[in-house]
Amino acid sequence: MIAATSETARRIEAHLSRRARWRLSEIAFWLAALAAIVAFPSRAALINEILVAGLFALSLDLILGLAGIVSLGQAAFLGVGAYAAAILASKDYADPTLGLAVGALVAALLGFVTAPLLLRGADLTRLMVTLGVSLLLGELANRNSWLTGGADGLNFSIAPVLGLFPIGFTGQRNAALYSFAVLFVLFAVARRLRQSPFGLALAAIRENRLRAGALGIDTSWRIVAIYTVSAAYAGAAGALLAQTTQIVSLDLFDFHRSADVMLMLIIGGAGYLYGGIIGAAVFIVLRDVISAATPEYWEFWIGLLLVVLVIVGRERFQDLVRRAASVVVPRPARGDAA
Amino acid sequence: MLTILFDGVAYGMLLFVLASGLSVTLGLMNFINLAHGAFAMVGGYVTALMMERLGAPFLVTLPVAFLVPAVLGVVLERTLYRRLYGASPLDQVLFTIGLVLMAMPIADFLLGDEARQVNLPAWLSGSLNLGGVGISRYRLFIVVVCGVIAAALQLFLVRTRFGAQLRAAVDDARVANGLGIDVDRIFAVAFAVGSGLAGLGGALAADVVGGIDPSFPVKFLVTFLIVVTIGGSNGILGALFGALLLGVLDVAGKYYVPSIGAFIIYAVMVVTLILRPQGLFARRDSR
Repeated sequence: MIAATSETARRIEAHLSRRARWRLSEIAFWLAALAAIVAFPSRAALINEILVAGLFALSLDLILGLAGIVSLGQAAFLGVGAYAAAILASKDYADPTLGLAVGALVAALLGFVTAPLLLRGADLTRLMVTLGVSLLLGELANRNSWLTGGADGLNFSIAPVLGLFPIGFTGQRNAALYSFAVLFVLFAVARRLRQSPFGLALAAIRENRLRAGALGIDTSWRIVAIYTVSAAYAGAAGALLAQTTQIVSLDLFDFHRSADVMLMLIIGGAGYLYGGIIGAAVFIVLRDVISAATPEYWEFWIGLLLVVLVIVGRERFQDLVRRAASVVVPRPARGDAA
Repeated sequence: MLTILFDGVAYGMLLFVLASGLSVTLGLMNFINLAHGAFAMVGGYVTALMMERLGAPFLVTLPVAFLVPAVLGVVLERTLYRRLYGASPLDQVLFTIGLVLMAMPIADFLLGDEARQVNLPAWLSGSLNLGGVGISRYRLFIVVVCGVIAAALQLFLVRTRFGAQLRAAVDDARVANGLGIDVDRIFAVAFAVGSGLAGLGGALAADVVGGIDPSFPVKFLVTFLIVVTIGGSNGILGALFGALLLGVLDVAGKYYVPSIGAFIIYAVMVVTLILRPQGLFARRDSR
């Protein structure tokens, strides 16, 4: 490469390629996750839930952590992806990979169409627009029950993955492994994306959109692009959720879905991609433990955790999580999504 | 036709009182207070419980339904909210979602999850016949009360010294402080008024929405936010017009085209935000 002739350029390139390398700790993280599925077949349903929620949180991290765009409407894409996969399966196209692809594509299309709404206005406007879109879609799904089954949901069955591994109630471990594979592949893509020039441009937009624009970065186009990718990820998470639980219901579009996924990401820390998965694990295990003790009031403790988190300072808390996690995963890049 | 229009106006007025507190905290003070519905729920419970347990008359409970959330608001503002005035919108959202998540189980724990009804006194139930138009007495009552509140609030914010100080404190807290305005106190009072109005709205709304239950803060959160976003941050009048617009559209929509239901108000909000990101009645230079 020509740029490598200069000393500075060489050092930058060395730094970037060092960043791009998979660390031992990261490999250990994924192996541990895989081992958990094999080691605890009785908890496969819970692990599957964590993996799917982790993918959903990853989708939010793509826009919040990488580009600094707040959204309260991520549930829109989860719901659309889930319904796309479920409707496809109910029409006898039961292949899960096909459903996954269609779910992600439909969600991506929706993301692409609604992304221009994010380009105007401040954070509050974005929160409201994203929330509004997800509520609109929930209402649409509710009203068009000929397609979505309305409040009754849909009845469908899923063919074995790749024609070999049956998933669902009888094959919960297979379902968890399927989710794991999808999560890993999509995570690897997101990881690559974060380190690409595109990802670096997004970081610039996150830090200061005006200056990024002044540097010649087409900020609008990049926001539309990452929002579309994020929507596709959320759609894939929705499709996985529909396929592995074989249930779709209108509550997929609910406000609390968008709020929960934000909690997960915040608990784990935004911006370094592992945060969503770690946060999903903490959130779901915590919910499982607390709701086993007090089934009706578990929300209270999650709420308390959030209030304490914000009052103490998210950064401080996230540092703690990261320090604890840095044994397992690499130290994240500096600069946090605000 | 006129009845529908009137019902729409009454519903809009109700939305206004519920949301007017939010247009003080969110619209004026720029604090994204998603816990607003929790204060409304407290007000609704105060009225329902006072009537149920103490046999207090409906009108007597209303000031209490204002005061209790207002005091609660001050306490929370002094201890927690004030730390987050300068924080990022994301922090404010997370914090107030946390409060909502705590408020709902607390209400459930203390009062159970069935809805508490507010039984209207005889002189407010039934309907009047004005020139061939059937008008529910309670809705008329709501329109009158809410109209008075709207006027009082607008005068309070625009004409009084306190209102001027509040607007100054919001525009630039440091300069306002330097001019000898006690910004801390102003914000605390404004927050109390906002919370109290929410409580009053909750008390008035209890009958219309079929009782108060622990899920109230979330059920109407979105509606409040829509009112304030559509109205923009231009104080009280924006929220009033936003609320009336939504109320009439929602009631008319549910009557004429019931098949699309709540679709209308969400669509109105999204379209509004596309066309005018700062709200319909925003200041030109709003921040």
